[in-house]
Amino acid sequence: MMTRASTDAAPEAGYNFAYLDEQTKRMIRRAILKAIAIPGYQVPFASREMPMPYGWGTGGVQVTASILGGDDILKVIDQGSDDTTNAVSIRKFFERTAGIRTTTHTREATVIQTRHRIPEETLQEGQVIVYQVPIPEPLRFLEPRETETRKLHALAEYGLMHVKLYEDIARHGHIATTYAYPVEVAGRYIMDPSPTPKFDNPKMHRMAALQLFGAGREKRIYAVPPYTEVRSLDFEDHPFHIQTFKDPCAICAATGVYLDEVIMDDRGGRMFVCSDSDFCEERRACGHRGSMLAEAPAALTGGNTHA
Amino acid sequence: MQPLVQLDGVSKAFILHLHEGVRLDVVSGVTFAVAPGECVVLGGPSGAGKSSLLKIVYGNYSCDSGRIWIRDGEERIDVANAEPRRILDLRRHVMGYVSQFLRVIPRVGALEIVAAAGREGGLDPQSAQERAQEYLSLLNVPERLWALPPATFSGGEQQRVNIARGLIADRPVLLLDEPTASLDARNRAVVVELIERKKKAGVAIVGIFHDEDVRDRVATHVVDVTHFAAKAA
Amino acid sequence: MLNDLSQAPLLSVRNLTKHYGERLGCADVSFDIYEGEVLAVVGESGSGKSTLLGLLATELEASAGSVRYRMRDGVTRDMASLTEAERRLLLRTDWGFVRQDSTQGLRMSVSAGGNIGERLMAVGARHYGKIRGQALDWLERVEIDRGRIDDIPKAFSGGMRQRLQIARNLVTHPRLVFMDEPTSGLDVSVQARLLDLIRSLVSELGLAVIIVTHDLAVARLLSHRIMVMKGGRVIEAGLTDRVLDDPHAPYTQLLVSSVLAA
Repeated sequence: MMTRASTDAAPEAGYNFAYLDEQTKRMIRRAILKAIAIPGYQVPFASREMPMPYGWGTGGVQVTASILGGDDILKVIDQGSDDTTNAVSIRKFFERTAGIRTTTHTREATVIQTRHRIPEETLQEGQVIVYQVPIPEPLRFLEPRETETRKLHALAEYGLMHVKLYEDIARHGHIATTYAYPVEVAGRYIMDPSPTPKFDNPKMHRMAALQLFGAGREKRIYAVPPYTEVRSLDFEDHPFHIQTFKDPCAICAATGVYLDEVIMDDRGGRMFVCSDSDFCEERRACGHRGSMLAEAPAALTGGNTHA
Repeated sequence: MQPLVQLDGVSKAFILHLHEGVRLDVVSGVTFAVAPGECVVLGGPSGAGKSSLLKIVYGNYSCDSGRIWIRDGEERIDVANAEPRRILDLRRHVMGYVSQFLRVIPRVGALEIVAAAGREGGLDPQSAQERAQEYLSLLNVPERLWALPPATFSGGEQQRVNIARGLIADRPVLLLDEPTASLDARNRAVVVELIERKKKAGVAIVGIFHDEDVRDRVATHVVDVTHFAAKAA
Repeated sequence: MLNDLSQAPLLSVRNLTKHYGERLGCADVSFDIYEGEVLAVVGESGSGKSTLLGLLATELEASAGSVRYRMRDGVTRDMASLTEAERRLLLRTDWGFVRQDSTQGLRMSVSAGGNIGERLMAVGARHYGKIRGQALDWLERVEIDRGRIDDIPKAFSGGMRQRLQIARNLVTHPRLVFMDEPTSGLDVSVQARLLDLIRSLVSELGLAVIIVTHDLAVARLLSHRIMVMKGGRVIEAGLTDRVLDDPHAPYTQLLVSSVLAA
């Protein structure tokens, strides 16, 4: 079985631990504490320039940098995968600037930075999941004025959010929002869960791990403390439900997980496989076999059959 | 019997600010009363202020001095000093006004115009509808016209719709401003008949009738408005 | 309704004044309005009528004076003493505002049904089918084809947009509705139809309406009372037909004489 957990290494000379200076980290930690104290509320913070472009997770990186300690073990995923350029480079970034250990195993990680997914494996007490957030304001597309959206949050005037869902049903016959599906946190604030599939929304409800959200360009941090109520908005006659998949994962046979569609060739060949690559690998390591494992491209199976 | 309408020293002048503030005196010190079942006809040549006086009673023109008492049940309301909403309430429940002209919303049919006036005057929808049909028939408005807006009707037809509209409700006070002008003899007779019915029902009427024949038939007495011509300043 | 003369005013305005720095917006405006009453505020642009409407609708802050409103629980309260949350709740439930510019009164990229349903959802309606049912009902009442429920207002004509604004406002059964030149800019025939509709809804629902207009014909058709404003002050007020047929103030005489017989 392959392991990508790095060994302890000293941080590269010339950088402060985890890149950010201590003053900045303190400022961000204060924002995080406030966010935890007011679940779902967007706390402004002085977002810094990071050595990567906006849209590449600068908010999440700043949050991660501020909470990492020397003995933390970091996992970074992008759309469920540990192997994408974005995930690899963020992992590298912290290996080099903080000299901390990294891992691809959900269970092993103390901090998980993610873009667009929550791991399939249930997160535990003591773990922290950091979401990269492009647009933190769930009301943005309905009410462009920031002064007004803040007021709407302050007064818990959330009718607009349901207008959006109403429009969905009117247009599509059902609530067609499939990702960034708005949630109500602790019975108070409406929150954008970041562009995770709505499939992951139920995982946020009463999650044992601490959930932190960082939006770098928009300079906002918000949080869901452990075991907090997180309810997906819906209508009485159109209740919230998650996506379901007809077939199990084609390479590990998992059911009840979120699957990605993979195009195999230009003749219409395709397969559905786990979006969570670590979860899929572990299942195969335990001997689970999907119906198309033999045909699966090497990029999906890690280049070997995990016999 | 206590009067339903009582004017007490009513005076009115127009100040024309756009014409160097010219003052046009209309009437001065008008005093008369109308008891239930009486019809007081305002007399005098045109320009004597008969129409203006009727409008003053209705609250359409203001009153410079004096009192205009209208009995509303146990109360006596002074139109000269009442709040607008009190006057509107009087118009709805107590006094009706019939002018020579039909001023209505376009697009509404004749029958509905009359029935609506009945409902507004307190009739239930069923009897408003029935009475509207009865009055339009009595006034010889052809049934084929009932559903049509009166804008396209002849002058006489419009006036008859207007009379039906003005008389349909059971208000205790009626102000009639030449309702029979330009009606033919047959329809004049119908109007006279309707006025007699109102008098028998105890309605107090103040009216202007140019037609002497009609005037003689309906008047309980005549008040000559020239007696109240404003004294030259 | 009008016949209940014993009731306290719905809205009570006293000495309402607004200065924009040195410039006067409006001064010393006082009036009461009752349920079922339509009050027209007329005057030329710059007369202060729009400032007055802004003050009443709590969109502007008064320099002096008070606005008191009898809430649904029967208690009359000073608008200035309401919390922001109370004030906003009032604005989207018990009050309505039909604007001249429909793009300011509607969400232009939200369907007609969503526009009508918004106030319902804002006060907690969470049943899609029922919200839609009410939206359909209101479309019918404002004479918009039910089949247009999923169309966005961008696809609507000017007259339809105004009718949609009315539906969107009336769905929560407000008791007081402000209208700012609701018919201006529309074709004459469209205007007439809209005025008819407003008239019948107002009397059917017993609404109190404060309508700002420069059009005396609109005022005559819709209102029971008129306030004429000039230079920020009310120069004449009274029963609509009295003010229009027997105007007293020189300016009112000028206004009335300037229009063709209405």
